[in-house]
Amino acid sequence: MLRFIARRLLETIPVLFVIVTATFFMIRFVPGGPFTAEKAVPPEILRNLEAHYGLDRPLYRQYLDYLGSLAHGDLGPSFKYSNRTVNEIIADKLPVSLELGLLALVIALALGLTAGIVAAVRKNTWVDYLSSSFAMVGICVPTFVMGPLVVLVFAIYLHWFNASGWYTARDCVLPALVLGLVYAAYIARLARGGMLEVLNQDFIRTARAKGASEARVIFKHALRGGLLPVVSFLGPAVAGILTGSFVIETIFQLPGLGREFVTSAFDRDYTLVLGTVLLYAGFIVVLNLAVDVVQVWLNPKLKFE
Amino acid sequence: MNPHEQQSGLLPISTPVEIERGHSLWQDAWHRLRKNRLAVFGGAVLIVLALLCAFGPLFAQSYREQTLALGATPPSAAHWLGTDTLGRDLLARILYGGRISLMVGLVASLVALTIGVSYGAVAGYVGGKLDSAMMRLVDIIYALPFTIFVILAMVFLKEPMQRLDAWFGQYRWLAGLQGFSKILLLFVAIGAVEWLTMARIVRGQILSIKKMEYIEAARALGLSRRRIIFRHMIPNALGPVVVYTTLTIPAVMLLEAFLSFLGLGVDAPMSSWGTLIKDGAEKMEEFWWLLVFPGGIFSLTLFSLNFLGDGLRDALDVRAAKD
Repeated sequence: MLRFIARRLLETIPVLFVIVTATFFMIRFVPGGPFTAEKAVPPEILRNLEAHYGLDRPLYRQYLDYLGSLAHGDLGPSFKYSNRTVNEIIADKLPVSLELGLLALVIALALGLTAGIVAAVRKNTWVDYLSSSFAMVGICVPTFVMGPLVVLVFAIYLHWFNASGWYTARDCVLPALVLGLVYAAYIARLARGGMLEVLNQDFIRTARAKGASEARVIFKHALRGGLLPVVSFLGPAVAGILTGSFVIETIFQLPGLGREFVTSAFDRDYTLVLGTVLLYAGFIVVLNLAVDVVQVWLNPKLKFE
Repeated sequence: MNPHEQQSGLLPISTPVEIERGHSLWQDAWHRLRKNRLAVFGGAVLIVLALLCAFGPLFAQSYREQTLALGATPPSAAHWLGTDTLGRDLLARILYGGRISLMVGLVASLVALTIGVSYGAVAGYVGGKLDSAMMRLVDIIYALPFTIFVILAMVFLKEPMQRLDAWFGQYRWLAGLQGFSKILLLFVAIGAVEWLTMARIVRGQILSIKKMEYIEAARALGLSRRRIIFRHMIPNALGPVVVYTTLTIPAVMLLEAFLSFLGLGVDAPMSSWGTLIKDGAEKMEEFWWLLVFPGGIFSLTLFSLNFLGDGLRDALDVRAAKD
């Protein structure tokens, strides 16, 4: 297994390299730059700025320089936040997104798995219908509709929470709830589908025939296979949750990393775009590897290859 | 695969006058679909919404008409869903926005469908080295943070697209297209993201169908390759494609609305449901209806599309696309 993990980690290096290269040239081949977006800067100052950040050098040199500093773990200086490096910005903002994301993930797993498993076990009863419609609501009411509505009801009309900000522990309740609910909906649907598939199989009938209790059938025999679809969904989903959601962080005015993904693109903050994309890709790669390992553990038919 | 194919073979030969005709896969599916109340409801809602968006604006208050003095008013007899801060009828804006949102959903899904089906079918049919090369490429693209790439493309291609718009404006016969370059960009950007899963599904289908006994039987019977592909392989691969397309449309509409929420959607004075929701979310503290109605209609549409997609999946008994 260790060999499998090591080989997969080695394989990720070319993937990350492709991502860095594609992103680097994509953002550079388009007209405009970090200092042309706003009001016109006098040409002398522009030249100085470009010289300061090395933007006056040939593109291929800039690319090689970037790769060189990347090899040392240095993501370069930000163009928008003067005197700050991309490393500092990420170190500053990622913890907020992580905290919110972990809380949302706990909510999503607790709600989603319970709803999905109960719905599958009590198929075609009112419990199933209730849980399935709950999942449908989570999927069809996007966060940018649900978020403002939740703020409207719980913060503005009822005054239970602050409408926005990140100051007290209470402030993470509403955003984590909205973020968690959406993922809970997908998890519930996948868990229900996966469990239904497994519960129809022969080995479950065998287990029942041998007199295993219903709880034992579900938790000991069915759960392993039934959760496979959820596990493969969780790879990219967890990466998305933990690196921050732009919509949630905008609606609730949170100082997280999710907003930087979008604002850096608007600001043409080249290094910050590259830094956030690379961070996200790293999360994806590592979590997909974790998913593959968990899948083999859950399903003995699969092997590390 | 199809129970009725087997059945028609078992029919008593002595059936007197008329041999009962077997039902095709699609007739069967249609029967099952009609029994699924949620799917029928979804389909009906979609038809009504599409008709309203297509023809409603002809009857509703004009889109451009605005009464600045009126300002934002709550729903009333004159304006069923109220007016926005510029005194424009919200119902008319929602109907016009629906045209754009539904069009983006349909066309971008078609783009994804076309790319995905051709790519997947070629990879699956040819097989071998070409197949593994093509699928490796899909794997690599999968690993890219694609939503971010769409955002980047939308931000960075804004100016070239504005130039295209200006170019449209120079010619009288193209002037009607002015303002559409943004929508064009949306089609391409979204379509380019959503084809990957379709390609995988189609390839898987073609691969498994290639090994089916009825294909072997068809070969043994000496049917031509063309007949095998068009009469046997494509119809049998179509089910998952139809189902997945139905489920792609809501995903595409969500992506469009998300881009609009970022301010990357269509430009004023055009509006889509996404831009209406964005405006509504900014003004909801005073004017709740500006958020609730566009958000409600948008969610209702997604509900209907998902119900219809799920219904089709069950009716066609597609396992590949199952959760």
